[in-house]
Amino acid sequence: MSGGGIRPATSFSDAARETLKNRQLRQNLGFATRTIGGKRERVIAEIPDWQELRTQGAAIKDEAMSNLAVNLQLLEESVTRMGGVVHWANTAEEATNLVAEIAKRHQASEVIKVKSITSDEIELNDALAKHGIHALETDLAELICQLAGDTPSHILVPAIHKNRNEIRELFEEKFGKALDSNEPKVIAEAARLYLREKFLTTKVAVSGANFAIAETGTVCIVESEGNGRMCLTLPEVLITVMGIEKVLPKWDDIATFLRLLPRASTAERMNPYTSMWSGVTQGDGPQEFHLILLDNGRTSVLADPVGRPTLRCIRCSACLNVCPVYQRAGGHAYGSVYPGPIGAILTPQLLKLEHANANTLPFASSLCGACYEACPVKINIPEILAYLRGKADHPFIEAQGYKAAYWAMGSHRRFEFFMSKQRLGIAFGKGFLKPWTDSRELPEVPDESFRNWWRKRGK
Amino acid sequence: MTIDLFITCLNDAMFPKTGIATVQILERLGHTVKFDERQTCCGQMHLNSGYQAEAASLAKRWIEIFRNSKVVVSPSGSCVANVRDMFANLGEWTNDSQLVADAHALKGKVYELSEFLLDVLKIEDVGAYFPHRATYHPTCHGTRMLGLGDRPLQLLRNVKGLELIDLPDSSQCCGFGGTFSIKNPETSSAMLEDKCAAIEGTGAEYCIAMDNSCLMHIGGGLKKQGKQAQVIHLAEVLASREPA
Repeated sequence: MSGGGIRPATSFSDAARETLKNRQLRQNLGFATRTIGGKRERVIAEIPDWQELRTQGAAIKDEAMSNLAVNLQLLEESVTRMGGVVHWANTAEEATNLVAEIAKRHQASEVIKVKSITSDEIELNDALAKHGIHALETDLAELICQLAGDTPSHILVPAIHKNRNEIRELFEEKFGKALDSNEPKVIAEAARLYLREKFLTTKVAVSGANFAIAETGTVCIVESEGNGRMCLTLPEVLITVMGIEKVLPKWDDIATFLRLLPRASTAERMNPYTSMWSGVTQGDGPQEFHLILLDNGRTSVLADPVGRPTLRCIRCSACLNVCPVYQRAGGHAYGSVYPGPIGAILTPQLLKLEHANANTLPFASSLCGACYEACPVKINIPEILAYLRGKADHPFIEAQGYKAAYWAMGSHRRFEFFMSKQRLGIAFGKGFLKPWTDSRELPEVPDESFRNWWRKRGK
Repeated sequence: MTIDLFITCLNDAMFPKTGIATVQILERLGHTVKFDERQTCCGQMHLNSGYQAEAASLAKRWIEIFRNSKVVVSPSGSCVANVRDMFANLGEWTNDSQLVADAHALKGKVYELSEFLLDVLKIEDVGAYFPHRATYHPTCHGTRMLGLGDRPLQLLRNVKGLELIDLPDSSQCCGFGGTFSIKNPETSSAMLEDKCAAIEGTGAEYCIAMDNSCLMHIGGGLKKQGKQAQVIHLAEVLASREPA
């Protein structure tokens, strides 16, 4: 099983309570995110106009979104003109059925996959399995998750929760061969040998898309391992499932993102492989190309102007790496293939704010703002988190408490009444802050308030 | 200059020393400090917990009280950030164009203490004396939302007797986040644990910050874990004087 969808099975706090118990996980995550984070800061510091570039990236995405229908229509025309076939899918189910139909038409019992979170979002692997089709992950970390029967816990580094010893043991078990060491090189070589044969023999490949350009019908994938390039060029049939927010109006627009994305995500100046294709080319690469345009809740995100910037996201995962909550609770605590700060705003919105467990995600943040600072397309995540909290249902008792606090704060006389040492002492003493006092002492209640001091002073 | 003090509800009720210190600093510099007793809360707690209507109402109340102020100074980065950045958002989210307009009219009027001292009064040395080893935690809202950078450190570097020790991973949140520490106590505690360990590792006697909400959290954690280090608000350090 790889994938996992976007519907959290429990609330964030329940899930995090479990994941936090795993000290090894916290250590793995802390080490990995700090390493990537430090590298990211160094390569970004090399670009003097980084802030302008962020603003530009945000503006291009906003522009693309404000004319989304037009851009998508143009994309469809361009891809069709270049020999591709465009399909529209409103839901995850429609999209997975389309992929299954196409694969079946080619009698494929196995498809190879380029790493794609969109495909995890729609739980493509499980859906294909029901049709008797095995979807094989070819990205190293996705493969690790798939072989381990585990779900990815990070957008970019799906197996970030595993260390190399754990991976070595897994490969030895699954490939039935002892590995010489736990060196990354040795581990990668084992996967390479396993995958190489698959690349050469599988007829159908499935990918996501980082970008698609409306005016030229060009789809773009950026990656690091070269497995993507193999999947995109060797099979006879290529199926791309793309979220509709990935469209860019013009060819020129992509330059900004090819500068922003690698530095923000893998902390590289340039990613090793950038593949672009427009429809099909006779005698070169796949001879059949299908582009599935997926909505799956995106138009409802688009409809809300406050939440809309969420759709700017280019899935770089910088916000995960800097997030103190993600670093400790880990990706699985979010219960969605979109973890971390971006997941905390994207997941509930994709589910139209109707999913109770997903609606707990916006509360999984101290609103520290590290995510906004790191975001290459300037999504003000803390602001959207605060906004979405207002859309969630509040527990009855809690709501009564906030109503009472509001009433007390509505007049300084009432506020003063509750501020006396005795009353504050009783409030704290009652232990109504139990979750707080488990790991923190309460402050001592002072003898007098500031305003009492001020009055006595007679000014 | 006549300065209106926005003390914040938390400081008023729980940390009066910080308010007193703020008054002392500003008066020693020759300014007149006023305190409007009608003030209570700016609504940050309600906003961050998802009670937007209540937060908007408290924001409007706040705006009324400070409507005629020329300059408002507050010893809290977080509350100033709420007034400055979030009031307008609240207006938009609750379709209250008057609140949006009033919020924008506050521009250039509301300052966090260290920001006011450095940017408006242009003072780096307030004549403080604090003979201790201390480390400084840059609290999130002041640092990121207000963009205060190292302003508090500039002031601290001029405090006589103070030995400042760098805090490792200082920009990491302490895990408070108001409602976050109640709704996700385990995650919050995991963050706090690391922050306390970093503070203890410096060997400092004090951890200084510009927000008592964060300090209440950090201080509560240090105490619970039996650590020696104490917490103190920036204003209290800056108000300390050499014994005559």
